[in-house]
Amino acid sequence: MMELQTVIDLVEGEVLTSGFDIRRQVKGGCGADLMSDVLAYIGPGALLLTGLCSAQVVRTAQMADVAAIIFVRGKRPSLDAIALANQERIPLITSAHGMFELCGRLHRAGLRSLETPA
Amino acid sequence: MNTDSIRAERVITDGAAGIITRVEELAYELKVGEVMTSPARTVTPDMRMSDVLALFRDFKVSGAPVMVNGQLVGIVSIADLIRALQENNTPAAVSEYMTTQVTTLEAGSPVIEALKLFAKTKVGRLPVVDQAGTLVGIITKGDITRGVLRALETDYQEEEVRKYRARHLFEDIVSDRTSLTLRYKIQQGDFAHGGNASSHIKRALVRLGASPQLARRCGIAIYEAEMNLIIHTTHGGVIRVEIEPHQIVMETIDDGPGIEDIDLAMTPGYSTAPDSVRELGFGAGMGLKNIQRCVDDMYLDSTLGRGTRLEMRIFLKPEEQLGDTNALADRAGKNGGMSQ
Repeated sequence: MMELQTVIDLVEGEVLTSGFDIRRQVKGGCGADLMSDVLAYIGPGALLLTGLCSAQVVRTAQMADVAAIIFVRGKRPSLDAIALANQERIPLITSAHGMFELCGRLHRAGLRSLETPA
Repeated sequence: MNTDSIRAERVITDGAAGIITRVEELAYELKVGEVMTSPARTVTPDMRMSDVLALFRDFKVSGAPVMVNGQLVGIVSIADLIRALQENNTPAAVSEYMTTQVTTLEAGSPVIEALKLFAKTKVGRLPVVDQAGTLVGIITKGDITRGVLRALETDYQEEEVRKYRARHLFEDIVSDRTSLTLRYKIQQGDFAHGGNASSHIKRALVRLGASPQLARRCGIAIYEAEMNLIIHTTHGGVIRVEIEPHQIVMETIDDGPGIEDIDLAMTPGYSTAPDSVRELGFGAGMGLKNIQRCVDDMYLDSTLGRGTRLEMRIFLKPEEQLGDTNALADRAGKNGGMSQ
């Protein structure tokens, strides 16, 4: 478990949405660019790290009960994606760092993996 | 209208153009009159500053309109009181320390007007008047925060009421077998709305009393199936969900092109999706397998050139049943008794 504020600090993230609880706890992490991977292998309450920026990421997150999404390598989701995330109260964060670096920082800080092996 | 021009202004100036959160929405929806403190504690110009001190202390206020015969002539704030205290001059009349240039707000204005005025004038409170200019109350930033929190709580309660009503749906309608059917039309290629139907289905299930785990399983399965309609069909198709207290049957039906080899389609990694779809994070050839994992029973029927029907069935354990199951069980018990 890790508080969202701690996550944001660790990844040096910029928050793109509002209306969510910054003290929300994330239960673990998952990194994927393939939405079917997310739908199939992520546990509920996880933080999703992805390089994919479409509104489908937010829909996927909603279906899979993802706690928050981090866009890696400074990527910014589309405005529809941000609007949808505001509506569904799913926090969106962007970080300048790459996927490996971010997964590493979070894992090292004690955030466990919520990816199910194949 | 005024509020429209404010929105238009935002769209141009705000980087995240036009994205308005619920709290921001409330700033436009709520009226000053709904959040203000009313009536306001008022004073007269000939009262002493020591009286003001007593009023602020006793009623925990930080400012008061100054009135003469029902007319607003000024406002006295805690800053004015501090000035009087510093000058050891609390016996002085209110008229010596009050501010006479007073900006007022109309009770019918949206709260956003108050926020803009607070930002512009740097004052801590604004007297509120009706259309005739008569003082009806006073508003501070604290009043706005409380008003918004109250409204958000009302939103929350409304959702609870919706859930309560939905949960009792099955109980309120008497039939030998009651089910609720949801139907959605899905357009081929409509990626912009991809997942909308699934989102509505998931929300409906939660309102009907589904556990988060159950809602998630159904949500994931129907979302994969919805994306399949958008990606793979000729014209799109329909989603049909039949909800009963003991089971959920979700179906997608389309009129083509049909699947040539169902076994091959079920093979993980096999996909006919074009690259444009893969760029969206789909089309990796895992959808059907993933659906199968989420549901208890999956049935796929397809004829090349005719279309495809995918049926997904989830059976609910007694403790997972939808609707008010205690009431249902009671009724079942009663019915059983009557038929004997």
